[in-house]
Amino acid sequence: MSAASVRPAVRAPWPGRLAIGAGVLVAVLLQLLPFYITVTSAMKARSDLSSQWLPRLTGIHWQNFATAIEQGGILRAIGNSAIVTLGATVLVCVLGALAAYPLARRSTLSNRLVLAGVVGLIMIPPLSILVPLYSMMSQWHAINTYWGMILVMTATQLPLAIFLYTAFMRALPVSIEEAASVDGASAVQVLFRVVVPMLTPVTATVVILTSVNVWNDYALSVYLMRSPEMRTIAPATATFFSTTSSDVGAAAAASLLSVLPVLVVYLVLQRYFIKGMVAGSEK
Amino acid sequence: MTTSRSSIPRFAGRGLNLLYLPALAVLGVFTLWPLVNGVMLSLSNWDGYSPERSFVGLENYLRLFDDPNFRTALGNTFIYGVGSTILQQVIGLGLALALDRSVRGRNVARAIIYLPVLVSPVVMGTMYYLFLSYNSGGLNDLVIALGGERTAWLSDSGAAIALIVVVNSLQFMGISMVIYLAGLQSIPTVYYEAARLDGANAAQSFRHITVPMLQPAFATSIVLNLIGGMKLFDVIQVLTAGGPGYSTHSVSTLIAKMYFGSQRAGYASAMGVVLFLIIAVFTLLLNTMLNRRRLEQL
Repeated sequence: MSAASVRPAVRAPWPGRLAIGAGVLVAVLLQLLPFYITVTSAMKARSDLSSQWLPRLTGIHWQNFATAIEQGGILRAIGNSAIVTLGATVLVCVLGALAAYPLARRSTLSNRLVLAGVVGLIMIPPLSILVPLYSMMSQWHAINTYWGMILVMTATQLPLAIFLYTAFMRALPVSIEEAASVDGASAVQVLFRVVVPMLTPVTATVVILTSVNVWNDYALSVYLMRSPEMRTIAPATATFFSTTSSDVGAAAAASLLSVLPVLVVYLVLQRYFIKGMVAGSEK
Repeated sequence: MTTSRSSIPRFAGRGLNLLYLPALAVLGVFTLWPLVNGVMLSLSNWDGYSPERSFVGLENYLRLFDDPNFRTALGNTFIYGVGSTILQQVIGLGLALALDRSVRGRNVARAIIYLPVLVSPVVMGTMYYLFLSYNSGGLNDLVIALGGERTAWLSDSGAAIALIVVVNSLQFMGISMVIYLAGLQSIPTVYYEAARLDGANAAQSFRHITVPMLQPAFATSIVLNLIGGMKLFDVIQVLTAGGPGYSTHSVSTLIAKMYFGSQRAGYASAMGVVLFLIIAVFTLLLNTMLNRRRLEQL
Protein backbone atom coordinates (compact mmCIF):
# COMPACT_ATOMS: atom_id res chain seq x y z
CA MET A 1 0.00 0.00 0.00
CA SER A 2 1.29 3.40 -0.92
CA ALA A 3 1.32 6.25 1.51
CA ALA A 4 -1.33 8.04 -0.54
CA SER A 5 -3.94 5.38 0.20
CA VAL A 6 -3.58 5.73 3.95
CA ARG A 7 -6.61 7.31 5.56
CA PRO A 8 -5.98 10.99 6.31
CA ALA A 9 -5.40 11.55 9.99
CA VAL A 10 -8.54 13.50 10.76
CA ARG A 11 -7.79 14.15 14.38
CA ALA A 12 -10.66 15.18 16.54
CA PRO A 13 -9.93 17.74 19.26
CA TRP A 14 -8.87 16.09 22.54
CA PRO A 15 -12.22 16.22 24.39
CA GLY A 16 -13.76 14.43 21.42
CA ARG A 17 -11.00 11.83 21.36
CA LEU A 18 -11.42 11.26 25.07
CA ALA A 19 -15.18 10.76 24.67
CA ILE A 20 -14.63 8.30 21.82
CA GLY A 21 -12.05 6.38 23.83
CA ALA A 22 -14.38 6.26 26.83
CA GLY A 23 -17.25 5.03 24.65
CA VAL A 24 -15.15 2.22 23.21
CA LEU A 25 -13.91 1.29 26.66
CA VAL A 26 -17.49 1.05 27.97
CA ALA A 27 -18.44 -1.19 25.05
CA VAL A 28 -15.44 -3.44 25.62
CA LEU A 29 -16.14 -3.75 29.36
CA LEU A 30 -19.82 -4.42 28.68
CA GLN A 31 -18.93 -7.27 26.33
CA LEU A 32 -16.54 -8.78 28.86
CA LEU A 33 -19.07 -8.46 31.69
CA PRO A 34 -21.02 -11.72 31.16
CA PHE A 35 -17.78 -13.70 30.88
CA TYR A 36 -16.35 -12.05 34.00
CA ILE A 37 -19.51 -12.73 36.03
CA THR A 38 -19.53 -16.33 34.87
CA VAL A 39 -15.88 -16.84 35.77
CA THR A 40 -16.26 -15.38 39.27
CA SER A 41 -19.45 -17.41 39.83
CA ALA A 42 -17.78 -20.63 38.69
CA MET A 43 -15.00 -20.10 41.26
CA LYS A 44 -17.29 -20.07 44.26
CA ALA A 45 -18.92 -22.77 46.37
CA ARG A 46 -22.68 -22.71 46.79
CA SER A 47 -22.25 -21.55 50.38
CA ASP A 48 -20.14 -18.58 49.31
CA LEU A 49 -22.56 -15.66 49.12
CA SER A 50 -20.07 -12.95 48.23
CA SER A 51 -20.89 -10.67 45.32
CA GLN A 52 -20.43 -11.83 41.72
CA TRP A 53 -18.29 -8.75 41.18
CA LEU A 54 -15.65 -10.09 43.55
CA PRO A 55 -13.40 -12.82 42.22
CA ARG A 56 -12.19 -15.59 44.48
CA LEU A 57 -8.43 -15.52 44.37
CA THR A 58 -7.66 -18.41 46.71
CA GLY A 59 -9.44 -21.68 47.29
CA ILE A 60 -11.19 -21.85 43.95
CA HIS A 61 -14.08 -24.29 44.15
CA TRP A 62 -13.08 -26.71 41.36
CA GLN A 63 -15.93 -28.98 42.41
CA ASN A 64 -18.22 -26.83 40.21
CA PHE A 65 -16.49 -28.09 37.10
CA ALA A 66 -16.63 -31.67 38.34
CA THR A 67 -20.37 -31.30 38.98
CA ALA A 68 -20.93 -29.85 35.50
CA ILE A 69 -19.03 -32.73 33.93
CA GLU A 70 -20.54 -35.52 36.04
CA GLN A 71 -24.14 -34.37 36.44
CA GLY A 72 -24.45 -32.19 33.36
CA GLY A 73 -22.65 -34.56 31.02
CA ILE A 74 -20.87 -31.57 29.54
CA LEU A 75 -17.90 -33.49 28.17
CA ARG A 76 -20.17 -36.05 26.52
CA ALA A 77 -22.18 -33.16 25.03
CA ILE A 78 -19.00 -31.57 23.69
CA GLY A 79 -18.20 -34.91 22.02
CA ASN A 80 -21.69 -35.10 20.50
CA SER A 81 -21.42 -31.54 19.22
CA ALA A 82 -18.00 -32.29 17.74
CA ILE A 83 -19.42 -35.27 15.80
CA VAL A 84 -22.45 -33.36 14.52
CA THR A 85 -20.41 -30.26 13.68
CA LEU A 86 -17.73 -32.22 11.84
CA GLY A 87 -20.26 -34.29 9.90
CA ALA A 88 -22.42 -31.35 8.92
CA THR A 89 -19.46 -29.15 7.98
CA VAL A 90 -17.94 -31.79 5.70
CA LEU A 91 -21.31 -32.47 4.06
CA VAL A 92 -22.06 -28.77 3.61
CA CYS A 93 -18.69 -28.13 1.93
CA VAL A 94 -18.90 -31.14 -0.38
CA LEU A 95 -22.57 -30.81 -1.35
CA GLY A 96 -22.34 -27.01 -1.47
CA ALA A 97 -19.30 -26.92 -3.77
CA LEU A 98 -20.74 -29.63 -6.05
CA ALA A 99 -24.08 -27.84 -6.31
CA ALA A 100 -22.50 -24.46 -6.93
CA TYR A 101 -20.47 -25.58 -9.94
CA PRO A 102 -23.34 -26.04 -12.42
CA LEU A 103 -25.15 -23.05 -10.88
CA ALA A 104 -22.12 -20.84 -11.48
CA ARG A 105 -21.15 -22.20 -14.89
CA ARG A 106 -24.47 -22.97 -16.58
CA SER A 107 -26.54 -19.84 -16.28
CA THR A 108 -29.68 -21.18 -17.87
CA LEU A 109 -33.05 -19.85 -16.80
CA SER A 110 -33.84 -23.00 -14.84
CA ASN A 111 -30.49 -22.90 -13.05
CA ARG A 112 -31.02 -19.28 -12.10
CA LEU A 113 -34.41 -20.21 -10.69
CA VAL A 114 -32.86 -23.08 -8.73
CA LEU A 115 -30.27 -20.72 -7.25
CA ALA A 116 -32.89 -18.11 -6.36
CA GLY A 117 -35.01 -20.79 -4.71
CA VAL A 118 -32.08 -22.15 -2.71
CA VAL A 119 -31.03 -18.68 -1.56
CA GLY A 120 -34.66 -18.00 -0.59
CA LEU A 121 -34.48 -20.90 1.85
CA ILE A 122 -32.01 -18.87 3.95
CA MET A 123 -34.84 -16.83 5.42
CA ILE A 124 -36.89 -19.75 6.80
CA PRO A 125 -36.97 -19.42 10.60
CA PRO A 126 -36.14 -22.85 12.07
CA LEU A 127 -39.11 -22.72 14.44
CA SER A 128 -41.54 -22.23 11.58
CA ILE A 129 -40.86 -25.79 10.38
CA LEU A 130 -40.38 -27.33 13.82
CA VAL A 131 -43.69 -29.21 13.97
CA PRO A 132 -43.51 -30.97 10.56
CA LEU A 133 -39.77 -31.56 10.89
CA TYR A 134 -40.06 -33.10 14.34
CA SER A 135 -42.96 -35.35 13.36
CA MET A 136 -41.11 -36.51 10.23
CA MET A 137 -37.93 -37.21 12.20
CA SER A 138 -39.77 -39.19 14.85
CA GLN A 139 -41.54 -41.28 12.19
CA TRP A 140 -38.13 -42.12 10.76
CA HIS A 141 -36.71 -42.88 14.22
CA ALA A 142 -34.17 -40.16 13.52
CA ILE A 143 -34.60 -38.35 16.84
CA ASN A 144 -31.50 -38.80 19.01
CA THR A 145 -29.37 -39.98 16.09
CA TYR A 146 -26.18 -38.45 14.77
CA TRP A 147 -27.18 -39.02 11.15
CA GLY A 148 -30.54 -37.30 11.60
CA MET A 149 -29.04 -34.29 13.32
CA ILE A 150 -26.20 -34.04 10.81
CA LEU A 151 -28.63 -34.05 7.87
CA VAL A 152 -30.93 -31.45 9.45
CA MET A 153 -28.00 -29.17 10.26
CA THR A 154 -26.65 -29.67 6.74
CA ALA A 155 -30.00 -28.56 5.33
CA THR A 156 -30.05 -25.43 7.49
CA GLN A 157 -26.52 -24.40 6.44
CA LEU A 158 -26.46 -25.48 2.78
CA PRO A 159 -28.31 -22.52 1.20
CA LEU A 160 -25.77 -19.97 2.42
CA ALA A 161 -22.87 -22.26 1.45
CA ILE A 162 -24.26 -22.76 -2.06
CA PHE A 163 -24.72 -19.02 -2.40
CA LEU A 164 -21.14 -18.29 -1.28
CA TYR A 165 -19.60 -21.01 -3.46
CA THR A 166 -21.60 -19.90 -6.51
CA ALA A 167 -20.60 -16.25 -6.09
CA PHE A 168 -16.96 -17.25 -5.67
CA MET A 169 -16.92 -19.59 -8.67
CA ARG A 170 -18.55 -16.98 -10.91
CA ALA A 171 -15.67 -14.67 -10.11
CA LEU A 172 -13.11 -17.27 -11.18
CA PRO A 173 -11.97 -16.83 -14.81
CA VAL A 174 -13.61 -19.50 -16.91
CA SER A 175 -10.69 -19.51 -19.37
CA ILE A 176 -8.61 -21.87 -17.21
CA GLU A 177 -11.40 -24.41 -17.24
CA GLU A 178 -11.85 -23.98 -20.98
CA ALA A 179 -8.14 -24.55 -21.54
CA ALA A 180 -8.27 -27.75 -19.50
CA SER A 181 -11.32 -28.82 -21.43
CA VAL A 182 -9.61 -28.17 -24.75
CA ASP A 183 -6.73 -30.33 -23.52
CA GLY A 184 -9.21 -33.18 -23.22
CA ALA A 185 -10.27 -33.08 -19.58
CA SER A 186 -13.85 -34.11 -18.83
CA ALA A 187 -16.19 -31.84 -16.89
CA VAL A 188 -15.68 -33.88 -13.73
CA GLN A 189 -11.89 -33.82 -14.15
CA VAL A 190 -12.01 -30.07 -14.65
CA LEU A 191 -14.04 -29.68 -11.47
CA PHE A 192 -11.75 -31.75 -9.26
CA ARG A 193 -8.35 -30.94 -10.80
CA VAL A 194 -8.85 -27.28 -11.70
CA VAL A 195 -11.73 -25.73 -9.77
CA VAL A 196 -11.57 -27.43 -6.37
CA PRO A 197 -7.93 -26.44 -5.69
CA MET A 198 -8.92 -22.79 -6.16
CA LEU A 199 -11.72 -22.91 -3.61
CA THR A 200 -9.65 -22.67 -0.43
CA PRO A 201 -10.60 -19.09 0.57
CA VAL A 202 -14.36 -19.59 0.19
CA THR A 203 -14.14 -23.01 1.84
CA ALA A 204 -12.50 -21.38 4.86
CA THR A 205 -15.47 -19.00 5.09
CA VAL A 206 -18.01 -21.82 4.73
CA VAL A 207 -16.22 -23.97 7.32
CA ILE A 208 -16.17 -21.14 9.88
CA LEU A 209 -19.80 -20.13 9.37
CA THR A 210 -21.13 -23.68 9.33
CA SER A 211 -19.16 -24.93 12.30
CA VAL A 212 -20.03 -21.93 14.48
CA ASN A 213 -23.71 -22.14 13.57
CA VAL A 214 -23.95 -25.90 14.09
CA TRP A 215 -21.92 -25.87 17.30
CA ASN A 216 -24.14 -23.14 18.77
CA ASP A 217 -27.49 -24.44 17.53
CA TYR A 218 -30.16 -24.72 20.16
CA ALA A 219 -33.55 -24.18 18.49
CA LEU A 220 -33.58 -27.52 16.63
CA SER A 221 -31.02 -29.53 18.65
CA VAL A 222 -32.96 -29.17 21.87
CA TYR A 223 -35.89 -31.06 20.32
CA LEU A 224 -34.08 -33.43 17.94
CA MET A 225 -31.38 -34.53 20.41
CA ARG A 226 -33.43 -35.00 23.56
CA SER A 227 -31.93 -37.95 25.38
CA PRO A 228 -29.23 -37.14 27.95
CA GLU A 229 -26.62 -39.27 26.13
CA MET A 230 -27.23 -37.58 22.78
CA ARG A 231 -27.56 -33.94 23.86
CA THR A 232 -25.34 -31.45 22.07
CA ILE A 233 -23.55 -28.71 23.94
CA ALA A 234 -25.96 -25.75 23.75
CA PRO A 235 -29.06 -27.70 24.94
CA ALA A 236 -26.95 -29.58 27.50
CA THR A 237 -25.80 -26.31 29.06
CA ALA A 238 -29.31 -24.84 29.05
CA THR A 239 -30.89 -28.01 30.46
CA PHE A 240 -28.28 -28.36 33.17
CA PHE A 241 -28.80 -24.74 34.06
CA SER A 242 -32.58 -24.97 34.29
CA THR A 243 -32.45 -28.10 36.46
CA THR A 244 -29.71 -26.81 38.79
CA SER A 245 -30.39 -23.09 38.74
CA SER A 246 -29.93 -23.02 42.50
CA ASP A 247 -26.39 -24.32 41.96
CA VAL A 248 -25.15 -21.15 40.29
CA GLY A 249 -21.49 -22.15 40.44
CA ALA A 250 -21.97 -25.43 38.60
CA ALA A 251 -24.20 -23.79 35.99
CA ALA A 252 -21.54 -21.12 35.46
CA ALA A 253 -18.87 -23.80 35.14
CA ALA A 254 -20.96 -25.62 32.53
CA SER A 255 -21.36 -22.39 30.53
CA LEU A 256 -17.62 -21.80 30.62
CA LEU A 257 -16.86 -25.35 29.49
CA SER A 258 -19.25 -24.99 26.56
CA VAL A 259 -17.74 -21.68 25.42
CA LEU A 260 -14.13 -22.77 25.84
CA PRO A 261 -13.69 -24.74 22.57
CA VAL A 262 -15.04 -21.85 20.46
CA LEU A 263 -12.93 -19.38 22.41
CA VAL A 264 -9.71 -21.29 21.81
CA VAL A 265 -10.38 -21.59 18.08
CA TYR A 266 -11.31 -17.89 17.91
CA LEU A 267 -8.08 -16.82 19.59
CA VAL A 268 -6.05 -18.83 17.09
CA LEU A 269 -8.00 -17.96 13.93
CA GLN A 270 -9.40 -14.56 14.90
CA ARG A 271 -8.64 -12.75 11.64
CA TYR A 272 -10.22 -15.41 9.46
CA PHE A 273 -13.22 -15.59 11.75
CA ILE A 274 -14.22 -11.95 11.39
CA LYS A 275 -13.50 -11.95 7.66
CA GLY A 276 -15.50 -15.11 7.17
CA MET A 277 -18.44 -13.96 9.22
CA VAL A 278 -18.63 -10.70 7.29
CA ALA A 279 -18.58 -12.52 3.98
CA GLY A 280 -21.35 -14.74 5.25
CA SER A 281 -23.48 -11.91 6.49
CA GLU A 282 -23.31 -10.01 3.22
CA LYS A 283 -25.63 -12.43 1.57
CA MET B 1 -19.41 -11.21 -11.82
CA THR B 2 -16.86 -11.72 -14.52
CA THR B 3 -18.43 -14.49 -16.60
CA SER B 4 -20.96 -13.46 -19.15
CA ARG B 5 -24.02 -15.61 -19.39
CA SER B 6 -23.29 -16.59 -22.98
CA SER B 7 -19.84 -18.01 -22.35
CA ILE B 8 -20.81 -21.42 -21.13
CA PRO B 9 -17.79 -23.63 -21.65
CA ARG B 10 -18.22 -26.45 -24.08
CA PHE B 11 -17.73 -29.20 -21.49
CA ALA B 12 -20.59 -27.87 -19.40
CA GLY B 13 -23.43 -29.87 -20.87
CA ARG B 14 -26.77 -30.43 -19.28
CA GLY B 15 -25.32 -33.43 -17.42
CA LEU B 16 -23.39 -31.03 -15.23
CA ASN B 17 -26.66 -30.23 -13.46
CA LEU B 18 -26.53 -33.69 -11.87
CA LEU B 19 -24.01 -32.19 -9.47
CA TYR B 20 -26.66 -30.18 -7.64
CA LEU B 21 -29.05 -33.06 -7.18
CA PRO B 22 -27.56 -34.32 -3.86
CA ALA B 23 -27.83 -30.85 -2.31
CA LEU B 24 -31.36 -30.36 -3.64
CA ALA B 25 -32.36 -33.76 -2.27
CA VAL B 26 -31.19 -32.84 1.26
CA LEU B 27 -32.89 -29.43 1.05
CA GLY B 28 -36.03 -30.95 -0.40
CA VAL B 29 -36.42 -33.54 2.32
CA PHE B 30 -35.35 -31.54 5.36
CA THR B 31 -36.50 -28.01 4.49
CA LEU B 32 -38.91 -27.81 1.59
CA TRP B 33 -41.05 -30.81 2.45
CA PRO B 34 -41.48 -29.72 6.11
CA LEU B 35 -42.47 -26.29 4.83
CA VAL B 36 -45.16 -27.77 2.57
CA ASN B 37 -46.22 -30.33 5.14
CA GLY B 38 -46.47 -27.53 7.70
CA VAL B 39 -49.11 -25.83 5.57
CA MET B 40 -51.09 -29.10 5.44
CA LEU B 41 -50.75 -29.66 9.20
CA SER B 42 -51.90 -26.08 9.82
CA LEU B 43 -55.24 -27.00 8.24
CA SER B 44 -55.76 -29.86 10.69
CA ASN B 45 -56.51 -30.28 14.36
CA TRP B 46 -53.56 -32.67 14.92
CA ASP B 47 -52.35 -32.97 18.51
CA GLY B 48 -48.81 -33.95 17.57
CA TYR B 49 -48.76 -37.64 18.44
CA SER B 50 -52.04 -39.47 17.82
CA PRO B 51 -52.57 -41.11 14.40
CA GLU B 52 -55.89 -39.33 13.94
CA ARG B 53 -56.35 -35.87 12.67
CA SER B 54 -59.08 -34.18 10.74
CA PHE B 55 -59.20 -31.36 8.28
CA VAL B 56 -60.47 -28.15 9.86
CA GLY B 57 -59.87 -25.71 7.02
CA LEU B 58 -58.78 -22.24 8.05
CA GLU B 59 -60.03 -22.61 11.62
CA ASN B 60 -56.52 -22.45 13.14
CA TYR B 61 -55.75 -19.26 11.25
CA LEU B 62 -59.03 -17.62 12.25
CA ARG B 63 -58.42 -18.57 15.87
CA LEU B 64 -54.92 -17.03 15.76
CA PHE B 65 -56.23 -13.54 15.44
CA ASP B 66 -58.59 -13.91 18.40
CA ASP B 67 -55.84 -15.38 20.57
CA PRO B 68 -54.51 -12.68 22.91
CA ASN B 69 -51.37 -14.74 23.54
CA PHE B 70 -50.61 -14.89 19.85
CA ARG B 71 -51.22 -11.17 19.45
CA THR B 72 -48.84 -10.47 22.33
CA ALA B 73 -46.24 -12.78 20.77
CA LEU B 74 -46.65 -11.12 17.38
CA GLY B 75 -46.25 -7.66 18.92
CA ASN B 76 -43.19 -8.82 20.87
CA THR B 77 -41.70 -10.32 17.71
CA PHE B 78 -41.80 -6.85 16.13
CA ILE B 79 -40.42 -5.22 19.29
CA TYR B 80 -37.53 -7.71 19.38
CA GLY B 81 -36.88 -7.13 15.68
CA VAL B 82 -37.18 -3.35 15.54
CA GLY B 83 -35.64 -2.72 18.98
CA SER B 84 -32.59 -4.86 18.23
CA THR B 85 -32.21 -3.26 14.81
CA ILE B 86 -32.20 0.29 16.19
CA LEU B 87 -29.82 -0.48 19.06
CA GLN B 88 -27.41 -2.41 16.89
CA GLN B 89 -27.29 0.24 14.15
CA VAL B 90 -26.61 3.05 16.64
CA ILE B 91 -23.96 1.21 18.64
CA GLY B 92 -22.52 -0.70 15.69
CA LEU B 93 -22.06 2.40 13.54
CA GLY B 94 -20.72 4.40 16.48
CA LEU B 95 -18.14 1.75 17.28
CA ALA B 96 -17.19 1.36 13.62
CA LEU B 97 -16.57 5.11 13.32
CA ALA B 98 -14.56 5.11 16.54
CA LEU B 99 -12.49 2.06 15.63
CA ASP B 100 -11.89 3.01 12.01
CA ARG B 101 -9.29 5.53 13.15
CA SER B 102 -5.81 4.50 14.06
CA VAL B 103 -6.18 4.37 17.80
CA ARG B 104 -4.04 2.24 20.05
CA GLY B 105 -5.52 -1.13 20.90
CA ARG B 106 -8.22 -0.98 18.24
CA ASN B 107 -7.62 -4.56 17.10
CA VAL B 108 -8.03 -5.84 20.64
CA ALA B 109 -11.17 -3.73 21.07
CA ARG B 110 -12.66 -5.05 17.83
CA ALA B 111 -11.88 -8.65 18.75
CA ILE B 112 -13.48 -8.32 22.20
CA ILE B 113 -16.57 -6.50 20.95
CA TYR B 114 -17.00 -9.21 18.33
CA LEU B 115 -16.37 -12.14 20.70
CA PRO B 116 -19.98 -12.72 21.93
CA VAL B 117 -21.10 -13.33 18.32
CA LEU B 118 -19.40 -16.72 18.53
CA VAL B 119 -21.10 -17.80 21.75
CA SER B 120 -24.30 -19.81 21.54
CA PRO B 121 -27.16 -17.37 22.27
CA VAL B 122 -28.57 -19.80 24.80
CA VAL B 123 -25.27 -19.84 26.71
CA MET B 124 -25.00 -16.05 26.47
CA GLY B 125 -28.54 -15.88 27.87
CA THR B 126 -27.53 -18.17 30.73
CA MET B 127 -24.58 -15.95 31.59
CA TYR B 128 -26.80 -12.85 31.63
CA TYR B 129 -29.36 -14.72 33.70
CA LEU B 130 -26.71 -15.14 36.41
CA PHE B 131 -26.05 -11.41 36.29
CA LEU B 132 -29.76 -10.51 36.46
CA SER B 133 -30.85 -12.98 39.13
CA TYR B 134 -32.71 -11.69 42.15
CA ASN B 135 -30.60 -12.97 45.04
CA SER B 136 -27.06 -13.33 43.80
CA GLY B 137 -27.07 -11.23 40.63
CA GLY B 138 -24.37 -8.64 40.06
CA LEU B 139 -26.87 -6.09 38.75
CA ASN B 140 -28.79 -6.07 42.03
CA ASP B 141 -25.53 -5.71 43.98
CA LEU B 142 -24.80 -2.64 41.89
CA VAL B 143 -28.31 -1.22 42.29
CA ILE B 144 -28.18 -1.69 46.06
CA ALA B 145 -24.72 -0.14 46.29
CA LEU B 146 -26.15 2.91 44.51
CA GLY B 147 -29.01 3.11 47.01
CA GLY B 148 -31.71 1.32 45.00
CA GLU B 149 -33.83 -1.67 45.87
CA ARG B 150 -33.37 -5.33 45.03
CA THR B 151 -35.39 -5.92 41.87
CA ALA B 152 -36.75 -9.02 40.16
CA TRP B 153 -35.72 -7.82 36.70
CA LEU B 154 -37.21 -10.67 34.72
CA SER B 155 -40.54 -10.80 36.57
CA ASP B 156 -41.71 -7.50 35.14
CA SER B 157 -42.76 -8.03 31.55
CA GLY B 158 -41.78 -4.56 30.35
CA ALA B 159 -38.32 -4.77 31.88
CA ALA B 160 -37.91 -8.37 30.68
CA ILE B 161 -38.76 -7.43 27.08
CA ALA B 162 -36.29 -4.54 27.20
CA LEU B 163 -33.59 -6.78 28.69
CA ILE B 164 -34.13 -9.43 26.01
CA VAL B 165 -33.65 -6.74 23.34
CA VAL B 166 -30.51 -5.45 25.08
CA VAL B 167 -28.96 -8.90 25.56
CA ASN B 168 -29.63 -9.84 21.94
CA SER B 169 -28.26 -6.51 20.69
CA LEU B 170 -25.11 -6.61 22.80
CA GLN B 171 -24.38 -10.13 21.66
CA PHE B 172 -24.68 -9.38 17.95
CA MET B 173 -23.67 -5.70 17.66
CA GLY B 174 -20.20 -6.96 16.67
CA ILE B 175 -21.64 -8.07 13.34
CA SER B 176 -23.02 -4.59 12.60
CA MET B 177 -19.74 -3.03 13.70
CA VAL B 178 -17.75 -5.23 11.35
CA ILE B 179 -20.14 -4.63 8.43
CA TYR B 180 -19.83 -0.85 8.94
CA LEU B 181 -16.06 -1.10 9.30
CA ALA B 182 -15.89 -2.93 5.98
CA GLY B 183 -18.15 -0.26 4.48
CA LEU B 184 -16.01 2.60 5.83
CA GLN B 185 -12.84 1.00 4.51
CA SER B 186 -14.30 0.76 1.03
CA ILE B 187 -14.76 4.55 0.79
CA PRO B 188 -11.86 6.01 -1.23
CA THR B 189 -9.95 8.52 0.87
CA VAL B 190 -9.62 10.89 -2.09
CA TYR B 191 -13.29 11.82 -1.59
CA TYR B 192 -12.50 13.16 1.87
CA GLU B 193 -9.40 14.94 0.61
CA ALA B 194 -11.35 16.60 -2.18
CA ALA B 195 -14.08 17.64 0.25
CA ARG B 196 -11.50 19.11 2.59
CA LEU B 197 -9.91 21.09 -0.22
CA ASP B 198 -13.36 22.42 -1.04
CA GLY B 199 -13.68 23.59 2.54
CA ALA B 200 -16.09 20.99 3.89
CA ASN B 201 -16.01 20.40 7.63
CA ALA B 202 -16.12 17.01 9.35
CA ALA B 203 -19.91 17.03 9.76
CA GLN B 204 -20.45 17.89 6.10
CA SER B 205 -18.07 15.15 4.96
CA PHE B 206 -19.91 12.69 7.14
CA ARG B 207 -23.31 13.64 5.79
CA HIS B 208 -22.44 13.92 2.14
CA ILE B 209 -19.75 11.25 1.75
CA THR B 210 -19.85 8.72 4.57
CA VAL B 211 -23.61 8.25 4.87
CA PRO B 212 -24.37 7.79 1.16
CA MET B 213 -21.34 5.55 0.65
CA LEU B 214 -22.44 3.35 3.54
CA GLN B 215 -25.79 2.63 1.88
CA PRO B 216 -25.03 -1.03 1.08
CA ALA B 217 -23.70 -1.57 4.61
CA PHE B 218 -26.86 -0.03 6.11
CA ALA B 219 -29.01 -2.32 4.00
CA THR B 220 -27.07 -5.48 4.87
CA SER B 221 -26.93 -4.73 8.56
CA ILE B 222 -30.56 -3.65 8.90
CA VAL B 223 -31.98 -6.66 7.07
CA LEU B 224 -29.76 -9.04 9.04
CA ASN B 225 -30.62 -7.53 12.45
CA LEU B 226 -34.33 -7.23 11.77
CA ILE B 227 -34.69 -10.82 10.59
CA GLY B 228 -32.45 -12.04 13.43
CA GLY B 229 -34.54 -10.20 16.01
CA MET B 230 -37.83 -11.43 14.58
CA LYS B 231 -36.61 -15.05 14.64
CA LEU B 232 -35.48 -14.66 18.26
CA PHE B 233 -35.87 -17.86 20.27
CA ASP B 234 -32.89 -18.99 22.37
CA VAL B 235 -32.38 -15.90 24.51
CA ILE B 236 -36.08 -15.71 25.40
CA GLN B 237 -36.22 -19.40 26.30
CA VAL B 238 -33.42 -19.09 28.81
CA LEU B 239 -34.16 -15.64 30.23
CA THR B 240 -37.95 -15.80 30.71
CA ALA B 241 -39.29 -18.88 28.85
CA GLY B 242 -42.01 -16.50 27.63
CA GLY B 243 -43.14 -15.52 31.11
CA PRO B 244 -44.38 -14.00 33.29
CA GLY B 245 -47.57 -15.51 31.89
CA TYR B 246 -47.33 -15.23 28.12
CA SER B 247 -46.08 -11.67 28.15
CA THR B 248 -42.58 -12.06 26.67
CA HIS B 249 -43.17 -14.83 24.12
CA SER B 250 -42.09 -14.34 20.54
CA VAL B 251 -43.92 -16.25 17.83
CA SER B 252 -41.00 -18.72 17.78
CA THR B 253 -41.15 -19.54 21.50
CA LEU B 254 -44.95 -19.71 21.39
CA ILE B 255 -44.75 -22.32 18.59
CA ALA B 256 -42.55 -24.56 20.73
CA LYS B 257 -44.83 -24.03 23.72
CA MET B 258 -48.02 -24.88 21.77
CA TYR B 259 -46.47 -27.99 20.24
CA PHE B 260 -44.52 -29.52 23.10
CA GLY B 261 -46.37 -27.89 25.99
CA SER B 262 -50.01 -27.95 24.88
CA GLN B 263 -50.07 -30.68 22.18
CA ARG B 264 -51.61 -28.28 19.67
CA ALA B 265 -49.51 -29.25 16.66
CA GLY B 266 -51.98 -28.03 14.03
CA TYR B 267 -52.30 -24.66 15.73
CA ALA B 268 -48.51 -24.39 16.17
CA SER B 269 -48.09 -25.19 12.46
CA ALA B 270 -50.38 -22.31 11.56
CA MET B 271 -48.20 -20.00 13.66
CA GLY B 272 -45.15 -21.37 11.84
CA VAL B 273 -46.69 -20.57 8.46
CA VAL B 274 -47.58 -17.05 9.61
CA LEU B 275 -44.06 -16.50 11.00
CA PHE B 276 -42.49 -17.70 7.76
CA LEU B 277 -44.75 -15.43 5.68
CA ILE B 278 -44.00 -12.38 7.85
CA ILE B 279 -40.25 -12.93 7.62
CA ALA B 280 -40.42 -13.59 3.87
CA VAL B 281 -42.49 -10.46 3.21
CA PHE B 282 -40.21 -8.32 5.39
CA THR B 283 -37.07 -9.61 3.73
CA LEU B 284 -38.41 -8.98 0.24
CA LEU B 285 -39.83 -5.56 1.11
CA LEU B 286 -36.65 -4.41 2.81
CA ASN B 287 -34.47 -5.68 0.01
CA THR B 288 -36.48 -3.73 -2.53
CA MET B 289 -36.89 -0.65 -0.36
CA LEU B 290 -33.24 -0.37 0.54
CA ASN B 291 -32.33 -1.09 -3.06
CA ARG B 292 -29.77 -3.41 -1.80
CA ARG B 293 -26.61 -3.91 -3.72
CA ARG B 294 -25.12 -7.30 -3.22
CA LEU B 295 -21.54 -7.48 -2.12
CA GLU B 296 -20.78 -10.71 -3.83
CA GLN B 297 -17.05 -10.56 -3.57
CA LEU B 298 -15.48 -12.07 -0.50
